[in-house]
Amino acid sequence: MLTADRKIAVPAENTPIRTEDEPVDIVLEEQGISLGESIRLAFTSLMANKLRTILTSLGVIIGVMAVIALLAIGKGSQDAIAASITANGSNMLTVRGGAANAGGARGQFGSGQTLTIQDAQAIADPNNVPAALLVSPESGGGGAQLVAGSQNLGARITGAQPSYQQIHNLSLADGEFVTDAEVTSIDNVVVLGANVAQTLYPGGSPVGQSLRIRGQTFRVVGVLNAQGGSGFGSTDDGVIVPISTAQRKLFGDRAITGGGGLLVSSIVVQARDANSINAALDQISTVLRDRHQLPANGTADDFSIINQQDILNTAVQSTKVLTLFLGAIAAISLLVGGIGIMNIMLVSVRERTREIGLRKALGAREKDILTQFLIEALSLSTAGGLIGCILGMLIAFGVNLSGIVQASVAPLSVVMSIGFAMAVGLFFGIEPARRAAALSPIVALRYD
Amino acid sequence: MAAIIQVEDLKKFYQMGDVEVQALRGVDFTIHPGEFVAIMGPSGSGKSTLMNLLGCLDTPTSGRYLLDGVPVERLDKNQLAVARNRKIGFVFQQFNLLPRSTARENVELPLVYRGGISTEERQQRAAEALDSVGLGDRMDHHPRELSGGQQQRVAIARGLVTRPALLLADEPTGNLDSHASEEIMALFKNLNDQGITVVLVTHEPDIADHAERQLVIRDGQLASDIRKGQEEVAHAHS
Repeated sequence: MLTADRKIAVPAENTPIRTEDEPVDIVLEEQGISLGESIRLAFTSLMANKLRTILTSLGVIIGVMAVIALLAIGKGSQDAIAASITANGSNMLTVRGGAANAGGARGQFGSGQTLTIQDAQAIADPNNVPAALLVSPESGGGGAQLVAGSQNLGARITGAQPSYQQIHNLSLADGEFVTDAEVTSIDNVVVLGANVAQTLYPGGSPVGQSLRIRGQTFRVVGVLNAQGGSGFGSTDDGVIVPISTAQRKLFGDRAITGGGGLLVSSIVVQARDANSINAALDQISTVLRDRHQLPANGTADDFSIINQQDILNTAVQSTKVLTLFLGAIAAISLLVGGIGIMNIMLVSVRERTREIGLRKALGAREKDILTQFLIEALSLSTAGGLIGCILGMLIAFGVNLSGIVQASVAPLSVVMSIGFAMAVGLFFGIEPARRAAALSPIVALRYD
Repeated sequence: MAAIIQVEDLKKFYQMGDVEVQALRGVDFTIHPGEFVAIMGPSGSGKSTLMNLLGCLDTPTSGRYLLDGVPVERLDKNQLAVARNRKIGFVFQQFNLLPRSTARENVELPLVYRGGISTEERQQRAAEALDSVGLGDRMDHHPRELSGGQQQRVAIARGLVTRPALLLADEPTGNLDSHASEEIMALFKNLNDQGITVVLVTHEPDIADHAERQLVIRDGQLASDIRKGQEEVAHAHS
């Protein structure tokens, strides 16, 4: 029996034992395990089963790898698309006939073509449009049949001036481009696209040869190098004639306005630099409104100006959306990786039940067990994130070597995907860790 | 002399569905420092329940338990863990060593959970504890490289390393052959001779015979309390 002379304070009367508000009058000095030791214990456990540790991380590794690689390739595609849009010249404006906002009363019948060669000359005058570097009026006359000996091919015919070559970055495989003299004297000369030359003159050199277009004989003066696809149709499958020849001899029926001016289908203008695009746009608009005698207020433009920058922005925006979409799918796989960690951690808690019981018997508190298992889950996901990051960068590097696109890894995507991986590990590690911590030492020690 | 263990009217009831199981129905006894006590009883007697309560692994339904001055019945889970760490050295039937850690790392474990002890001191104390059980030359061996008797000695070293108030052994020879059992019991005797309080829970009478005092639990109550060469000191009350 307890006697009165005990040194230890004990409740005097036989009260119910576990009263919560009654302060415990003894103090057990509580120091507990250090964080460093917790980390060491967690790593010892992870290292004890290396294969499982690697397999568990694999989900996160693949997830992060996919996120990094896809975002890098997406960024690369974006750059590639931007590059292809600006490939045939940058800082470009295209002026077309007809109002951008077609509608309202339009008196003239027909296509609404309102641009003439004189409009192009006015734009080309540096006094009118100082921001313009190059001006190329173009007459997209349409398709016609080309006949060369026994060969016969339908092709798109473009009427152009020499500035066309510079503005579209065209290079010649053979011969020369349309000259100013040929434009002035309305010569029957033609420059062939690479595919056209290949088809009409297989094996032979076309320059100097003759071919027939719409019953007229044309002399081949040049052959273009293959350009590949571009944003506005390839020149490989067409031919180029002097703009005057196109207007007067080939498509004369469509090319004369009521006033006798020669129509062009579009005028391509290259601004001096990126900063003068807007100035060029305003100046062209002023010149054309003046020439077309449109009142300052109330009347809509009878032409439209397409800014290459707008197209570029739209294309970049759509690849961005696509990249984000791919990244989101990859992020889902990261989430699946997190579930994998949770699954293995739950198995691990069950498997290590006796060990947890032992640790508790030896004095591990619930939070010590919780910490150890959380660190294990966090280590799995963080290590997975780092390895996945390296693999993702290697994939991006491999894609670069292949030369399809120049994938570029954004630092932000690295930080974010590793951060997300860690968050996933923490989130999915909580439940297994909580279960481990809540195990009763008695039950856990008896478990087998 | 202050008692190591002082138990008064200790009761533990479990609720199994609609049935209340009275595992321990009021037990009183006192164990003083330096005693070597065996707690005996057939399975189902409440012996394991008593062992769990004495080991601070569980809390009683009612009654009092003073362990080296600490009123265990009033501790929360955290404090129970600290009490286990500071006051008790456990020895289990299954040894319960971590298979991938060396003998010394296993012995260090309770000190790791205590905290506030430098790595050097921890290793030093673990080495001393292993020396005291005669395994000073096996410190870097893993459990699988040790015999059953040696593994149990590592476990005893782990129990001693915190310098606890008592060594609490649950069927410590249950997994050992008779030769190793004798060795382990000799070690307990030796440690007891050095002043360490030992409480042994067993159902084997010849193992219990090594102790100086035998508490017999039957049907959740203390059936007898016999010291070696003495008459029964206390009777169970019903």
